[in-house]
Amino acid sequence: MNGTLSQALKDRIAGLAAGYPEPAAGLLPVLHLVQAEMGWIPPEAEREVAEILGLRSIQVREAVTFYSLFRHRPGGRHHVRVCRALSCTLRGSEPVWRRLRERLGIRSGETTPDGRISLEEVECLGNCDNAPCVLIDFEEHARVTPDEIDRILEGLD
Amino acid sequence: MKAPVKLKTVKALEQAVEAQKKLRQADKKPVLTVSAGTCGQARGALKVVEALQTALKKAKLDKKVKIRVTGCHGFCEAEPNVLVHPHDLFYQKVDPANADTIVLETLKKNRTIKALLYKDPVTGKTAPREKAIPFYKKQRRVVLGDNALIDPTQIDDYLAIGGYGALAKVLGKMTPEAVIAEVKTAGLRGRGGAGFPTGVKWEMARSQKGTPKYIICNADEGDPGAYMDRSLLEGNPHRVLEGMLIGGFAIGACEGIIFVRDEYPLAVKHVSLAVEELRKRGLLGSDILGTGFSFDIRIVKGAGAFVCGEETALIASIEGLVGEPRQRPPFPAEKGLNGKPTVINNVETWGNVPLILGKGGAWYAKIGTEKSKGTKIFSLVGKINNTGLVEVPMGTTLREIIFDIGGGIPGGRKFKAVQTGGPSGGCLPTSKLDLPIDYESLTAASAIMGSGGMIVMDDKTCMVDIAKYFLNFLRDESCGKCVSCREGTQRMYEIVTRISEGKGKVGDIELLEELAAAVKDASMCNLGITAANPILSTLRYFKREYEAHIKEKRCPAGVCKSLIRFTVLPDKCTGCLACKRACPNDCIHGTLREVHNIDQEKCIKCGACYEACRFEAVEAQRDEAIVILEGVK
Repeated sequence: MNGTLSQALKDRIAGLAAGYPEPAAGLLPVLHLVQAEMGWIPPEAEREVAEILGLRSIQVREAVTFYSLFRHRPGGRHHVRVCRALSCTLRGSEPVWRRLRERLGIRSGETTPDGRISLEEVECLGNCDNAPCVLIDFEEHARVTPDEIDRILEGLD
Repeated sequence: MKAPVKLKTVKALEQAVEAQKKLRQADKKPVLTVSAGTCGQARGALKVVEALQTALKKAKLDKKVKIRVTGCHGFCEAEPNVLVHPHDLFYQKVDPANADTIVLETLKKNRTIKALLYKDPVTGKTAPREKAIPFYKKQRRVVLGDNALIDPTQIDDYLAIGGYGALAKVLGKMTPEAVIAEVKTAGLRGRGGAGFPTGVKWEMARSQKGTPKYIICNADEGDPGAYMDRSLLEGNPHRVLEGMLIGGFAIGACEGIIFVRDEYPLAVKHVSLAVEELRKRGLLGSDILGTGFSFDIRIVKGAGAFVCGEETALIASIEGLVGEPRQRPPFPAEKGLNGKPTVINNVETWGNVPLILGKGGAWYAKIGTEKSKGTKIFSLVGKINNTGLVEVPMGTTLREIIFDIGGGIPGGRKFKAVQTGGPSGGCLPTSKLDLPIDYESLTAASAIMGSGGMIVMDDKTCMVDIAKYFLNFLRDESCGKCVSCREGTQRMYEIVTRISEGKGKVGDIELLEELAAAVKDASMCNLGITAANPILSTLRYFKREYEAHIKEKRCPAGVCKSLIRFTVLPDKCTGCLACKRACPNDCIHGTLREVHNIDQEKCIKCGACYEACRFEAVEAQRDEAIVILEGVK
């Protein structure tokens, strides 16, 4: 897999970084950008980002692995995030989570072999009034039941 | 549309505010206000907006009626809701299919649609007006209330309710010292958790020699169960920005940074739009309104690390480093971002600032208790009838919040505990329901104010399980810098897990208490210092429940799986073998048409037999007799 940055993306990164007095301060915004464009942050991209920002590649590696939202493995076409925080658990996220794992045959952090869906359990999405909630790509699904999750999964390509 | 005019003087800002106020007063058009924060949108608010637009067009009223799309009004249980002005009606749980009826009946014929009114689940009485709904009655919504009046993407809406009037007053008539004095008079304390006096923090940063100075808005709201900051940023971003501008002026800062969770896309969108709008109007940039005050704001998105809510970790994160806290002092007010004096306040704190400068510190100080002034927004979630955001004066009791406002516990269950303050907080039992809430009273009760999450639990909740949840959260989110926190949360988690599996030993409780003390003493930041709170508060109020797990190998609430006993009821069992086939551990005995039985020694409590039986012959014994176990200390 080619994990290198395109020239256009490199230019955008350099432009973004130029807005910061200290290049390191641009690291989080740059990593968000890379992930938005590539779906994840490949090791080659880490090295190139380090070069553009004038950082050591270990610094970039540290950030990518420390922050849970950055993905250092490629994900599926759809990203299913299930809130497992207390407020969602109290309102029935466990059966939803169990159904998802059974249906997809994968665990948290894994992707289905066909590359369709990656599954992740996350901490509080801040939608506790709609517990249990599931975030699929950028769409929030409120007060989800196991049967509903079946229907939602069928609607994904 | 005209390009926005850049405001060049304080007078011009005052005039713009007055002009917008007059415009709104003169506008006699009926207004349909749809609440469409993240919560409303997830329940279809935008589809309701679309349907209302179509319905208005069909009725040829689209030029005569305004639709205002706002952020969350707080009563999330009733989403999506529509306010009808000037009829002063509150329609709840509106479906797109109701749009035509609202337009034809209410707008054209002035008729109230009974089916869409709020109905009290207990008395069955309907409430046509927002003010008559018990959820709103005891609240004092001085911060969050404006959400219902403005479209957060329109700065003119904010001006129309007097927004940026406080900024005009500050820049036109006040010195930075006078602003700080006003905040001190108000008695405002940090809404992010610890409750440090805001005015004192500002004064400390102002008196520092280092330049440039920075201010930060902490919108890295990470406590499970808390979402008031998201709602404020989504629904009224200008209010937070106005607070930051006033703070920046008072401290002498040149830049403000909003550090916001990436998980809050709508908040990021609205606050980014608002910042752009401020630049266009000349309220951000150099020499604002010709006063010589130069200030700009940028937005930094977090990347998912709970510890970044801690101020020194947050600063590290903005600097592009791994979000690990550092030793304090020096406090950020002395040495913060890039080593320069920095004031960090959370979203709600900034949101209180315009109110204080607008109405005066003395006015503000009249709300609340002796040491905790103003109101506090809580997110009321979990096992509660009216989930939502609740804003009450400090000093309101837990009982008022949970029962009068929250409507009590659903499904006829009993209240067992309320968790406040997130992972640094604690669980409070029935005996603490009459506690008036302020910073000191909560701390004395082994909980904390925190950012305002309130997770309500009923009698089917196991407190050992709750402690296990928080410890799992904390061991995951511990950044790993201090050994005591990294290893201590892990070990406490292991012990509590053991207890929940029925493998607890006599002495485990004492061991937990000892570990808790060590983690508290030896950790550097508040994540570690408070990591033991979920354990200590549950041990203080629910010790007998721990003991039931350890000594009697019993989970009174029937939650801990390993302690549930599955048995076959002989009079119901038909001997169909379904459970025997389903059992993954081969521990069910019996042959066809003969009563089966479960070998308790071999049973792994997976529940497969329970699920498989079609005759309700497998029973999960949870011993409901002693469901509530709590001390009254």
